[in-house]
Amino acid sequence: MAEILFFIFAAVAVGAAVGVVVSRSPVASLLFMVTTLASTAGIFVLLEAHFLAALQIMVYAGAIMVLFLFVIMLLNLGHEYQRDIRGNVAVIMGFAVTGLMGGLLVRQLGGGTAGLETNLGPGDAIDAALLEYGAVGAIARPLFTDYVVPFELTGILLLVAIVGALVLAKKAS
Amino acid sequence: MQAAGLGESTAAWEPVLPWLIILLPLLGFAINGALALSAARKSADAVRAGGEFDFFENGRPRTHSLPTWVGPGVMLLAFLLTLVNFAGMLGADLHEPVVLSYWSWISTGELEVAAAIQLDQLSMIMMLIITGVGLLIHVFSVGYMRDDPGYPRYFAYLNLFIFFMLVLVMGASYPIMFIGWEGVGLCSYLLIGFWFSDEAKASAGKKAFIVNRIGDLGFLLAIFLLYLVFQRVDFVGIFGDAESVFEYGGSVITWVTLFLLMAATGKSAQIPLYVWLPDAMAGPTPVSALIHAATMVTAGVYLVARSSVLFALAPLSSAMVAGIGVLTALFAATIALKQNDIKKVLAYSTISQLGYMFLGVGVGAYTAGIFHLMTHAFFKALLFLGAGAVIHSMHHALHHTKKDWDAQDMRNMGGLKAYMPYTWITMWLATVAIAGIWPFAGFFSKDGIIWMTGAMAGAEQAPYAGLYTVYWILALATAMLTAFYMTRLMVMTFHGENRTGSREAEHLHEAPRIMWIPLAVLAVLSVFGGWINVSTDLRESILGGFGLLPMGEWLHGWLEPVTEAAHLIQETNLGEIAHAAPIFGGGEWVWGLISFVAASAVVLATLRLLGSRKVTVAVDDAEPTGLARFLYNKWYVDEFYHRWVVDPILTTSRVLWRVVDTTIIDGTVHLVGNGTRALGWVVSLFQTGQVNTYAFILTVGVLVILSMVAF
Amino acid sequence: MLAESLVVAGMIFVVGTLGVIVRRNVIIMFLCIELQLNAVNLTFVAFSRYVGIEGQVFVFFVIAVAAAEAAVGLAIIISIFRHYETVDVSNFNLLKW
Repeated sequence: MAEILFFIFAAVAVGAAVGVVVSRSPVASLLFMVTTLASTAGIFVLLEAHFLAALQIMVYAGAIMVLFLFVIMLLNLGHEYQRDIRGNVAVIMGFAVTGLMGGLLVRQLGGGTAGLETNLGPGDAIDAALLEYGAVGAIARPLFTDYVVPFELTGILLLVAIVGALVLAKKAS
Repeated sequence: MQAAGLGESTAAWEPVLPWLIILLPLLGFAINGALALSAARKSADAVRAGGEFDFFENGRPRTHSLPTWVGPGVMLLAFLLTLVNFAGMLGADLHEPVVLSYWSWISTGELEVAAAIQLDQLSMIMMLIITGVGLLIHVFSVGYMRDDPGYPRYFAYLNLFIFFMLVLVMGASYPIMFIGWEGVGLCSYLLIGFWFSDEAKASAGKKAFIVNRIGDLGFLLAIFLLYLVFQRVDFVGIFGDAESVFEYGGSVITWVTLFLLMAATGKSAQIPLYVWLPDAMAGPTPVSALIHAATMVTAGVYLVARSSVLFALAPLSSAMVAGIGVLTALFAATIALKQNDIKKVLAYSTISQLGYMFLGVGVGAYTAGIFHLMTHAFFKALLFLGAGAVIHSMHHALHHTKKDWDAQDMRNMGGLKAYMPYTWITMWLATVAIAGIWPFAGFFSKDGIIWMTGAMAGAEQAPYAGLYTVYWILALATAMLTAFYMTRLMVMTFHGENRTGSREAEHLHEAPRIMWIPLAVLAVLSVFGGWINVSTDLRESILGGFGLLPMGEWLHGWLEPVTEAAHLIQETNLGEIAHAAPIFGGGEWVWGLISFVAASAVVLATLRLLGSRKVTVAVDDAEPTGLARFLYNKWYVDEFYHRWVVDPILTTSRVLWRVVDTTIIDGTVHLVGNGTRALGWVVSLFQTGQVNTYAFILTVGVLVILSMVAF
Repeated sequence: MLAESLVVAGMIFVVGTLGVIVRRNVIIMFLCIELQLNAVNLTFVAFSRYVGIEGQVFVFFVIAVAAAEAAVGLAIIISIFRHYETVDVSNFNLLKW
């Protein structure tokens, strides 16, 4: 069952990703993007990262993508359908390079993990943590103990980003 | 201040403020230097404002009062302090040098060099000469330089020179000595080019500096070699271990001493590096007296005497020292025969006498070498100062009538004894002293050296005995040449008719008191200075009044603690020295008497011969011909050096400049630069300003890295 | 499931890269960068099963940074758009010497 679900999610995620790239309309791209993110969230669930799956849907697909949508709306790009692909040479070279890279990545990632498959110790630990603390608690524990400083710094980063965005987007008076 | 453990003296003698002796001249330099700078600034301000700075106020240079007291003043204090220490050392029975270490100067790896001074009998004698003669010359300079706008600068340099010279002789290690060595070279350069607005004088300074540099290279190489062998560079350590470390006559010690000899030939103006000294006469005459006759140029002799243990272990180097010395003595004496510039004669005479000193230290008679150094300091300083007084007077006379004759050319002088009686008398005393007339100072010191050369030739196992015999003969011959050219100088300058011109002659005058008093003091020293080291043989013969001369071999005994190690080595390896001349036999006093009689005969004959001969003034004088011309042109050595050393170097430099530097090196650099720029241009094509392109290139980079990881 | 997840992540990443290279619409390029980030997140989660919970913590941070980046990036896009009246990057050619 999980395997079947995984392949469905995987196929949808990759397909929607292609859709993001090939859609002329930014809005269509954006919707494909949301689909990819949702499918990835599904894979997260299958990998027992339940909290992250929820986070992915709520923050990524929900908040960030809506931000993109707002910008598209703000710039009034919704009905611009003209072709914006680069010239042939660029496309061929782009395909060549990314194709090579994809081949390499698939070759390496597909076959190079045999050693890790057998080492299921952390997996068991995660399962135990999930049982004991729940999906949120399992990730919250390290986040608020070992990684509390980076966590706080992330808060500051977000604050800086908000201020920066305000300054940048403000109309020059 | 604490005494270093190694050199701690066994005798209960505490030096009195020895560091102050060094620092006093430095203090003088600081004060006079500051005055010179402020005068220069005022002058520059005045010139910038469109005027001209008037150095003279009420007929007296306004920059003069302080340097007049400070310059000679610090010297007087230093001299008195040296005397106090000398008296202390006389009282103490000192067998080891007193080494006073103040702070650690260089401390790196194995090398430890302390800023330390060494007080022993040898450095004490040198300090006495430097501060004593230095004091007299400072006093003389007050009169001689009175009208010079650079007066404070002059005293600043002079004080600085004394400071470095004291560092040179008081340093307790080769590097400290090297500081002094370089410092006196610097001061020599500054003072030769003292009147730097005259290009010839400025180049004379440069020549001295550059020629000395060749010798300094030898000094450095010697220090490096010594460090390599001993891992230390201080005198006490090196001389203490030298005998056990070096094999007698071994190659390393020979190289070390040859490098030291190279250094000494540079500083002491010996063949082949003597050429700078005659040109150094461009400096003020008291400078020639102090630096280029009495003190600095004897640094090479001091170096050899200080390293006596090393030289005693290297018979080949010692023979070379002696050989260079005697050749230089003879060579310079022949040139001096035909020079007309009064200072040039004295310059070649100095080179010649320095050759004698080298001969002395080369044959192992270190005491005799230092003895001659001392007496030479007296009579040569006197001769130079006398010449200075003559030039001073001539200059004034010629200046009065605006006659553009050379104030230093002896052909323009003549008959000056009527105008300058004190100078005349004192210079005659110095002349008979340098000519080796009994019982003046030069006789005893020069005779000591010549005799020791002969004695060395007859030593039981002397190497190069034949060579030493030749040295002995040459040294004797040179003594006769000395007598001749010195008498010639006196005759041309003081005797005969005056050739300056009747109007000018009215303005000829005796030197002021402040100038002739130092002359008188030096004259006394030139007369009696030789009595401190009369060998026993001489003293008990007719030449010593059958034991009447006081002091005896005092200097010999005094320097014994410094030289005995070298003498022991010599005695072990060469055996007893001879007590008769190598040829014809005869003891010391016989040959002393012969040389005295011969020298007197030469002096008298020259007086008769030249006294009656008419001399033409410089402007009318014909170019000499034949051998005289050859000697007049100084054997064409300068031309030879120019043709075979300077020109090839210039040509090589030009080739290096034009071909190697401009074409090859610069070409390569430009090629690299242009290549980089071209490459940059090509790469800049990728910089389209399009984000996509950058993303593409970035991806290519990632791909490359990925491939490296994957394969 | 690790290998499969990684392969999926690689494919999404490559597609995102291709989008950044070939598209000129700055918004879509931006979305493609988000795709790449997402692919990376997937690898982190996949590895976390085998290496430790830290992988998931890291994904948390990546999402936070992505949010910040989106905010700033979009603000920049808005201000550029105000200037050029377009979102086509071929018009933005000041990014060179």
